[in-house]
Amino acid sequence: MKYALTIFLILVSVWLLGSGVYTTQMITLGLLSCLAVTLLCVRLKVVDSEAQPVQLGLRPLAYLPWLFREIALANWDLARRLLSPTMAIRPQLIRVRASQKSDVAQVLYANSITLTPGTVTLELEEGELLVHALTDEAADQLRGGEMDRRVRAVEGSA
Amino acid sequence: MGELWHLPLDLVSWVLLLGGCFFCVVGGLGLIRLPDFYSRMHAAGMTDTLGAGLLLVALAFQATHWMEIVKLFFILGFLVFTSPTAAHALARAAFTHGLKPKLAEPPPDVALAAEQTDTIAETVSCEGGVSSAS
Amino acid sequence: MFAVALVAIAVTMLLALTRAFKGPTVFDRVLALNMFGTKTVLLIAVMNYVSHGPDFLDLAVLYALLNFVGVIALLKFVREYSLKPEVEIE
Repeated sequence: MKYALTIFLILVSVWLLGSGVYTTQMITLGLLSCLAVTLLCVRLKVVDSEAQPVQLGLRPLAYLPWLFREIALANWDLARRLLSPTMAIRPQLIRVRASQKSDVAQVLYANSITLTPGTVTLELEEGELLVHALTDEAADQLRGGEMDRRVRAVEGSA
Repeated sequence: MGELWHLPLDLVSWVLLLGGCFFCVVGGLGLIRLPDFYSRMHAAGMTDTLGAGLLLVALAFQATHWMEIVKLFFILGFLVFTSPTAAHALARAAFTHGLKPKLAEPPPDVALAAEQTDTIAETVSCEGGVSSAS
Repeated sequence: MFAVALVAIAVTMLLALTRAFKGPTVFDRVLALNMFGTKTVLLIAVMNYVSHGPDFLDLAVLYALLNFVGVIALLKFVREYSLKPEVEIE
């Protein structure tokens, strides 16, 4: 119920932010279609703690700035390598542990890795990730485990 | 808003716009230059994150109505959510399909190494034996 | 200045198309198409500020979503040669 309410509220806010026409008729139509989508989602059984991770609260917002900084740095590094005539890359597969307890947090970790240029998650199973890294530096940084620790902090102690 | 505000906002916007273009084009070049599918994914990821991000934020600085900003951030949000998902789906599909990455280093464990050795010759021969690393 | 952005995005799209034609694997082509799609979104968004036409940004939002769904569907088709739902997710 909590999750259904969350998805409904998200849908309503997307509608209100995106429509720009605030007449009674339009708002009623919007609310009705949001309700319909919510019901469809419940019927599809995609309404649970995985699809709407409200248990994480606002902690992901604190993680985002760090992630964006990481992404920017990795982008800059990769751009330099791509433009250099020799292209100093050493593609490699590495295995990394994902120490998060919940599936949501592990997926967040895997997605963060993929989002950062230089590393792409190939497989995620039972707390272990198979990652394709483009350079030694990217691989070492991942092995250092700072991202792992930060995503665990997002998960909190729950 | 007076004319005074426009100049610094415009300047910031242009710098971000040029940065976004730079990362887009470099990512496109990477897509052509890199030796195999898995490394090309990194280049595509680059244009999706910083390329698209800088461009959209630059456009937000040019907005004349708050709704434009909201919509630009919708686009950015969708891209940030969907791009790693699509990338992961692609990588996993390729990997389970049996496409082997060209590596500069031996893979981390024995099981993978065994999978690797019997197919790496195929991969190299069908793609003309381009070496993967310098 | 927007012209510079348009040209840069068009060049990137051309590079992506080149990769889509060259392959060599089908996954390379899907990857290039995905990139082509995201660049289309950016192109439409920039066009909004060049032509000041009505609601280009709405089109861009829609295209961002369609592109994602399209890539996933294409990928599923490539992997299984059909669009039928899987019985069991491994």
